[in-house]
Amino acid sequence: MGLILLTVIWLITFFSTYFFAAKTWWLPHGASLATAGIDHQFAVTYVLMGFVFVAAQGALGLFVWQYRDRGSASKVTYSHGNTTMEVVWTALTAILFIGLNLMGSPIWAAERFAPADPGSVPVEVTGMQFAWYFRYPGLDGKFGRTEPKLMDPSAGNEAAVGLDTTDPASKDDVVTGTMYLPVNRQVDLTLRAVDVIHSFFVPQMRFKQDAVPGLAIHMHFTPTEVGEYEIACAELCGLGHYKMHGMLHVVSQEDFDKWVAAREAEKQ
Amino acid sequence: MATTATIHAHAAPEGFVRKYIFSLDHKVIGLQYYFLALVAVFVGMFLSLLMRVHMIWPTAVLPLVGEIKPETYLSLLTMHGTIMVFFVLTTAPQGGFGNYFLPIQIGAPDMAFPVLNMLSFWTTFIAFITILAAFFVTGGAPLHGWTGYAPLSALSNSGPGEQLGADLWITSIAIFCVASLMGALNFITTVLDLRARGMTMMRLPLTVWAWFITAILGLLAFGVLLSAGILLLLDRNLGTSFYIPLVVVNGQVMGHKGGSPLLWQHLFWFFGHPEVYIAILPGMGVASQLLSTFSRKPIFGYKAMVYAIMAIGFLGFMVWGPPYVYERHEPLLSICFLADDHGHWRAFSHQDV
Repeated sequence: MGLILLTVIWLITFFSTYFFAAKTWWLPHGASLATAGIDHQFAVTYVLMGFVFVAAQGALGLFVWQYRDRGSASKVTYSHGNTTMEVVWTALTAILFIGLNLMGSPIWAAERFAPADPGSVPVEVTGMQFAWYFRYPGLDGKFGRTEPKLMDPSAGNEAAVGLDTTDPASKDDVVTGTMYLPVNRQVDLTLRAVDVIHSFFVPQMRFKQDAVPGLAIHMHFTPTEVGEYEIACAELCGLGHYKMHGMLHVVSQEDFDKWVAAREAEKQ
Repeated sequence: MATTATIHAHAAPEGFVRKYIFSLDHKVIGLQYYFLALVAVFVGMFLSLLMRVHMIWPTAVLPLVGEIKPETYLSLLTMHGTIMVFFVLTTAPQGGFGNYFLPIQIGAPDMAFPVLNMLSFWTTFIAFITILAAFFVTGGAPLHGWTGYAPLSALSNSGPGEQLGADLWITSIAIFCVASLMGALNFITTVLDLRARGMTMMRLPLTVWAWFITAILGLLAFGVLLSAGILLLLDRNLGTSFYIPLVVVNGQVMGHKGGSPLLWQHLFWFFGHPEVYIAILPGMGVASQLLSTFSRKPIFGYKAMVYAIMAIGFLGFMVWGPPYVYERHEPLLSICFLADDHGHWRAFSHQDV
């Protein structure tokens, strides 16, 4: 019986570790500046935890077998504990936990607490049931006023976010359902939601942040590879949550300028 | 201990109703809780089965249930999560096993307040009936997930099921909170006051320690959730704006202003994080006790285990901070809370669908 348990415990340990080691279901390819740091932190955490997991399960299997009932032949010993061991493994766990968090929090904080670069592209992201809209401030670099009572989701784009056209700053604002960003340039995001909480999630950018009604949340990230990436909503937001997604097109600076100019021309 | 003996010495009840339905006996109440949880677990499993069936045959029209539309799926998910977390994970380990075994393990004649014990079970039962009723009202069961994030849960036009169904969902949880508060008081008093002579706190079986700490967590957490639920009901039905800022739903400006969706997250997770430990601590206690009993050895490091259970309870409350950190910007706080939160956040979340 002891041997069967040992085999079962070790097999479970082997198979559950295998899928991580073989990276069967792993992160999608990362294409932002933060990827290296986040993926490294992720890998370090998995390797350390994997080591602890395998060691603990290995010992569990071994002990179940080694200390099985061997009849009355062996002499019984009773232990009430070992303070030194208790202190050592509690301290090691605490160090591991706090250490990993001290390592990880600067990476996490970098996109949040540090202000965006001066040359970054400002984009306002608005989430609503069940679409994402992206607003670019145009040549004046200023976002125009929006009014809740002007919001008309069925009309889409500028009307959906309630752009007040009487404000001079809003004249050159461009609102689209597809996000365009220049490669290797930081984007300064302002996240908003008009009805319920949504979450702006771009796995390839290693980026996820809730958009909360009543708040304007500032974050920034830098795409580093030209390509098309899916934007998903990662916070349950109602019956259309499953289909609330958009596209992020990361293009060269030149293509980005052309795209903005074309959108501006369309507007006039 | 003459007083407790006098209070608790009572003749065996006569008649079916007193004996099996409105019983004051901790063992009968324990079994009642256990069977309630058993019914709830089958309901919850049935709901998850429907979700699986939908994944395999997305277009299938099922007998009685009909077609599983996106909103039906979200209702199934919400009700599955809520029923499992509240009526199974919270009910069986504490109300069921705790009521049955705790007095026996500390040498008490019964729980400290037998009538309160009976009331807490029947209040839980009413809460269960209330949540099941949400399936049968106009609009059906709510779709806001088991965490019921406002404003999705606070606006009746944010989706199907967010009308009467959502009101019933919140009411059920509020009733459940009342029941759990009564239960928690009973457990704490019993452990503190009804231990047999010589049964000191540091001699308690680890199961009793786990139920005791769980009861303290419940006492602190369910009170907050109860008030959160009442505020949510006010927002939904009396036009207050605790959780709702100025929002526009489908082009329609709602008459709310100035509320904070984060307030709900604070209050909810002040319950939600300890809830993880309310669900797991009794199981940890039982595992320790069973291993020690059947290997015929004393607990390895009994004192360390007691302190660990206390620490789990304390840290369990500290992890309430993270949602705030995820939503907003609090650099110093985030480091404290993240250190504490590693691996706990989203452990229970059904939101990542």
